[in-house]
Amino acid sequence: MATILIHPNQDAEIRGQRKHPGAGRKKASAYNAVRQVDQTSRGEVLALLDGQEIQRDLLIEYLHLIQDRFGALRTRHMTALAEIMKLANAEVYEVASFYAHFLIVDDDTSVVPEVTVRVCDSLSCSLRGAEALRDELTNQHDPKKVRVVRAPCMGRCDTAPVCEVGHRHVDHATPDLVGQTIEGADFHPVIPEYKKFQTYENEGGYALLRSCRAGERTADELIDTLSASKLAGLGGAGFPTGRKWSIVRDFDGPRLMTVNGDEGEPGTFKDRYHLERDPHRFLEGALIAAWSVDVEKIYIYLRDEYPAVLEILKREIEVLHREGLVDPDFIEIRRGAGAYICGEESAMLESIEGKRGLPRHRPPYIAEVGLFGRPTLNHNVETLFWVRDIIQQGADWFSSQGREGSNGFRSFSVSGRVAEPGVKLAPAGISVRDLIREYCGGMEAGHQFKAYLPGGASGGILPERLADIPLDFGGELAAQGCFIGSHAVVILSDQDDMREVGVNLMRFFEDESCGQCTPCRNGTSVAVKLMEREAWDADMLGELSEVMMNASICGLGQAAPNPLLSILKHFPDEVVK
Amino acid sequence: MNARNTPSQTEENPTPISFVLDGKDVEAFDGETIWDVAARVGTDVPHLCHCTQAGYRSDGNCRACVVEIEGERVLAASCIRPPSQGMKVSTDSEKAVKARKMVFELLAADQPPRDEHPDPESKFWHWADKLELDAARWPQMRGHENDASHSAMHVNLSACINCNLCVRACREVQVNDVIGMAYRGAGSKVVFDFDDPMGSSSCVGCGECVQVCPTGALMEKSLLNASGTREVFADRSVDTLCPYCGVGCQTEVFVKDDKIVRIDGRDGPANNNRLCVKGRFGYDYIHSGARLTKPLIRREGVAKTTEIKMLDEDFSEHFREATWEEALEKAASGWRAVLDRDGPSAMCGFGSAKGSNEEAYLFQKLVRTGFGTNNVDHCTRLCHASSVAALMEGVGSGAVSAPFMAAEDADCIIIIGARPVVNHPVAATYFKQAVKNGAKLIVMDPRLSSISRHAWKNLQFKPGRDVAMLNAILYTIVEEELYDAQYVQGMTEGFDELKDRIKNYPPEKMAKICGVDADELRAVARMYATSEKSIIFWGMGISQHVHGTDNARCLIAMALTTGQIGRPGTGLHPLRGQNNVQGASDAGLIPMLYPDYQPVENEEIHAKMEDFWGKDLDDKRGLTVVEIINAILDDQIKGMYVMGENPAMSDPDQNHTRQALAKLDHLVVQDIFLTETAWFADVILPATAHAEKDGTFTNTNRQVQMGRKVLEAPGDARQDWEIIQDLARGIGEDWSYDQVSDVFNEMCQIMPSLNHITWERLEREGFVTYPCDTSDGPGNEIVFGDSFPTASGKGRIVPADLVSPDELPDDDYPLVLTTGRLLEHWHTGSMTRRAKILDDLEPEAIACMNARDMDKLGLAAGQRIKVSTRRGEIELVARQDWELPQGMVFIPFCFAEASANLLTNPQLDPFGKIPEFKFCAAKVAAVELLAAE
Repeated sequence: MATILIHPNQDAEIRGQRKHPGAGRKKASAYNAVRQVDQTSRGEVLALLDGQEIQRDLLIEYLHLIQDRFGALRTRHMTALAEIMKLANAEVYEVASFYAHFLIVDDDTSVVPEVTVRVCDSLSCSLRGAEALRDELTNQHDPKKVRVVRAPCMGRCDTAPVCEVGHRHVDHATPDLVGQTIEGADFHPVIPEYKKFQTYENEGGYALLRSCRAGERTADELIDTLSASKLAGLGGAGFPTGRKWSIVRDFDGPRLMTVNGDEGEPGTFKDRYHLERDPHRFLEGALIAAWSVDVEKIYIYLRDEYPAVLEILKREIEVLHREGLVDPDFIEIRRGAGAYICGEESAMLESIEGKRGLPRHRPPYIAEVGLFGRPTLNHNVETLFWVRDIIQQGADWFSSQGREGSNGFRSFSVSGRVAEPGVKLAPAGISVRDLIREYCGGMEAGHQFKAYLPGGASGGILPERLADIPLDFGGELAAQGCFIGSHAVVILSDQDDMREVGVNLMRFFEDESCGQCTPCRNGTSVAVKLMEREAWDADMLGELSEVMMNASICGLGQAAPNPLLSILKHFPDEVVK
Repeated sequence: MNARNTPSQTEENPTPISFVLDGKDVEAFDGETIWDVAARVGTDVPHLCHCTQAGYRSDGNCRACVVEIEGERVLAASCIRPPSQGMKVSTDSEKAVKARKMVFELLAADQPPRDEHPDPESKFWHWADKLELDAARWPQMRGHENDASHSAMHVNLSACINCNLCVRACREVQVNDVIGMAYRGAGSKVVFDFDDPMGSSSCVGCGECVQVCPTGALMEKSLLNASGTREVFADRSVDTLCPYCGVGCQTEVFVKDDKIVRIDGRDGPANNNRLCVKGRFGYDYIHSGARLTKPLIRREGVAKTTEIKMLDEDFSEHFREATWEEALEKAASGWRAVLDRDGPSAMCGFGSAKGSNEEAYLFQKLVRTGFGTNNVDHCTRLCHASSVAALMEGVGSGAVSAPFMAAEDADCIIIIGARPVVNHPVAATYFKQAVKNGAKLIVMDPRLSSISRHAWKNLQFKPGRDVAMLNAILYTIVEEELYDAQYVQGMTEGFDELKDRIKNYPPEKMAKICGVDADELRAVARMYATSEKSIIFWGMGISQHVHGTDNARCLIAMALTTGQIGRPGTGLHPLRGQNNVQGASDAGLIPMLYPDYQPVENEEIHAKMEDFWGKDLDDKRGLTVVEIINAILDDQIKGMYVMGENPAMSDPDQNHTRQALAKLDHLVVQDIFLTETAWFADVILPATAHAEKDGTFTNTNRQVQMGRKVLEAPGDARQDWEIIQDLARGIGEDWSYDQVSDVFNEMCQIMPSLNHITWERLEREGFVTYPCDTSDGPGNEIVFGDSFPTASGKGRIVPADLVSPDELPDDDYPLVLTTGRLLEHWHTGSMTRRAKILDDLEPEAIACMNARDMDKLGLAAGQRIKVSTRRGEIELVARQDWELPQGMVFIPFCFAEASANLLTNPQLDPFGKIPEFKFCAAKVAAVELLAAE
């Protein structure tokens, strides 16, 4: 038996001569705090914060700083961060654990892998063997060194399957290509060639912004032009842009502006496409909007899956500071951390405020009570991208394009079983059949067109026989129970199993549900369980869909049943046996 | 009942919104949601995540209350949705009814089976039963391991529905900030800190989460069997009060088979349903096997020794059981002998702030009329006597000028020398909430505490240098003309003298003395003085010094110079330590004052009281607690009566105190346990615990509240008021009270503070705040609005000069020792250490120190150490504590095995006669350990 040290006074007690009223069943704690903040960890975190003034809303940014430096979030660093930020441990933990990109590690004895490989398993990648790729990678690499995890859509669906090694993406990924990237040990993003400030300016860029600021234009004039152009929110909701500007402008300031760069809808990659080619066209659009609505500051919320875009925007905003076009601090980039739900505008605001990305209840709408409680103008990246051109070239330039009575053109992200996937600038209202034929080089060899997703994971699924209806907000699509959303078109073929497609999409919603409300949290999980069964129970799934659509707080839960309802409607033979 | 915080129907918004609810025209008043209106008009809408208790924000997450609104595509959570004019709402549409039922089915599918459920009678099952669910058809999602790591609470997340109420309870209501909702989606999970087991998290055990949990996922362990299934269901409950601190929380006590099995908070004026770990879980001391159930008499020839043994159940060597007749006769005859031989001045009594107002009143009446002396005092002497001395001098009243909830209205809150998170945990929740709502909190204390995180400024000044710090603030107020000249002119006197005297104390000079930068001192002065509404709370860090009265004078001067008193959100509030210390003081358990602070040496009052009680009374002020101890050692006092007080633990320099107690000719102790003081008794009388009696109690907010009997006293234990009456009769008094209310009624005759407060009213309304102007209106929470109860009607500003602590550290005793309480233990631990859960949470004597001091002395956290002062030494466990500054040791005084008061300095404040518990010189050394198998 081990020798224990006992004090003579304790000895008396042990022999039953109690000296106090307490039962003494337990021992006193040696510390007054459960988790002590150690000086080393405090020092390390303070060094990362580099003397900046602490802001509560920067919690996620601080967590990124720690994870970027130490490869993971160790509890000792989170304890120190909590103390420095005057937050409770739980406040830090609940935020860190909400976002998929944070790796929480218990203590210093846990081994932190050298690199994380994320394998996209959203629909377009899944169609091209993402699961098999992930299994192979898992088997090939030592988990202590290489952590292989699944991940949702990375916005590179045209080059599926895709992996991200550290922050470096591998397109058309194979085990060999990923292996080479790991060996190469350069985990920084590859920065593509893009239009720099000088070129953009030489081609007439920022002239419009300057003329606005010089008083040569009025906000009303801009709003009228935008309204006439019928430009609508291209993040998926299609709200008229001009009207949004007037609404927000009418609320008392100070107002704020947010840019939703959390392009997470599976199958969507058009915002990335534009930002990686012509960032200044977007920035000018944002600054014109900010000027028109007279906002105090712009926050750009950018998904963490787009590290190259992050780098580009940082560099180019710095150039704008140098050029005197923007005051430092007027534009602030906030980096997401892996959460689809933060593409929902109010969840995004929560995330910018440094919290878990839970959608807010409406009313109030964010135009009135938004970021930090202020009236907020929120826009998708692409919407702003077209602002300059519409104003300069006139409303007609935009609105006159379009088919079947639709106005404008759209950036369709096309992926799946087509010969030439990619971002296709095509008229609004084009049918999917025309889109495939005119813009995508037809179907992929050996595949026969069977079905399509008009608007990513949540926009429903339509069969080939409905391939001639116009693709735009509302209209016939809506009548079919579908929507165009972010214009993420995924083409399915005769080789794709609709049950598997359905399960893939529902699993995505299950993983990405914020968990706040019962219909979505429990509903997506129950739906996955029911859909994994060989035969679907149409009645149960119908009832489940109803509560999800009617009683979820936000669009995620409300739209999550769309694909399964589409499959039940159009492909019942494949699932109901 | 309590109208505070309940939604106002008419007063705030006189023009209500009209809308249609289920086809009927209804009106919504200011702030009402659809759910509120539905509930008001009697429409039952299910709800789970919604809690109608004060402080709970609607969250709308569970969707159990969704309703259909015409023109809206999706359903809305009625608990969070305000109606708009003309809106058409259906609670009973097919779509809404179906969705609500499905929500319940999905949740129910995930629940553990009902017969294994932690609470088959929970709110969740209540609604589930009404909705006739078919949950079995849905696949079950998840299971969680039970977490039984906490001493008081059991966590079964399999029963959790993620409604978030516990998170709001912990973060927004109690602001203890332990619980979070972590992860996401179906993996979302209630966590403690970093997903730690509850028992090893920073949980402070308030149990708010348990009280609001709608499923039983968080449950009192007392109601569960070993596998976590509920098997205890109370057979009745009683509305009463918490027996512990001065906050005065209202409780509902649940009883099963004559045992308390659970306590909930009620919507009391001072707690809005909240409780702390002591109030909720510290109840089982009354069922302790150590309760006194028979009168005891010291065996012949057993000497009184100063080395105390805790006898509890095993007292037979020293005491023998006796009948009540014998014990009462023995008690009274012992006193009669002293009286006959040495006269009234040889007698004294220590009453208790734990008992009721009626008991306190009878006790002082017995000492004054039966013994014929004013030598009657109680633990207020050790707590706030100096505060009261300064307040009486400055504002003419010893009570608070505003309740602690006034913090909610304040822009700037100063907490000095108080640790409300530990000593007044429920009051602290209001302070923390106020900060969340934008108030600036300034904490002034040598030690930090968990509230420091919420503070705008923490002034961690050097121990004992309060006056230097506060004078620097007063200097700034004067020099920078931050004072309210009009208020000073109209409402105060003494400002010119302050102006003159304060010149010696510029912040730049005081900074070196008090250890706080001059800039900080000035910033705090500006914030306090220029905020529209500022309020000051203080505790024993102010009062328990030889300069305690001076400390309080400075705070009073701050309030009077700036006019930060007498309005909502302003004031002076000394936080009272015990449940009835305000009431016991009001009732006259003070040697120089009759009930309601009427001076015994005032001829007119003396004559009035002689007339009222029909007895000749002592016309000289009596001795205070420490003076009585000294008088015993000086052979002047020989006979004593102690009721519910424990001077052998609570008084300073205990070797000295215990020698005195051992020296008494005749000591009668009336208590519920054989306390350390009872060890010295000749006769011990078994009394009733708080839960075993009816009576009124007055909390720190001047709220007189009704405490009700929950259980019968054990064995032959008797009601305290009856024992006092029998003893009075034994020494020749002809008392004939038939019931407690008779005593209260007598008090009302001579205590103007109780005007318009009757026993019947208290029985009916539960509480009334004094002073109260009408027999049906609420009392005045905020006083001194237009004058002070002083002779001139003005507040008196009294400047203070610097006085050093009595015993400064030196080479031999280099550290500062300070004493106080722990969250889990109250006063001398006689009750809390016999409460199992509290004893499990803080089971051993500890001394807290800064990590750097421990390193310097080569001490490891958790090792045994010896702490010594010039008066004694004790051995205990060293706790590494980030809250302590360097150079300081903190020891709680609740541990009999290592009594902190063996070490403390009995030197007194000259005005309040309060000892300097908060400062003496000490040294610390490691204790060598023996190896044992």
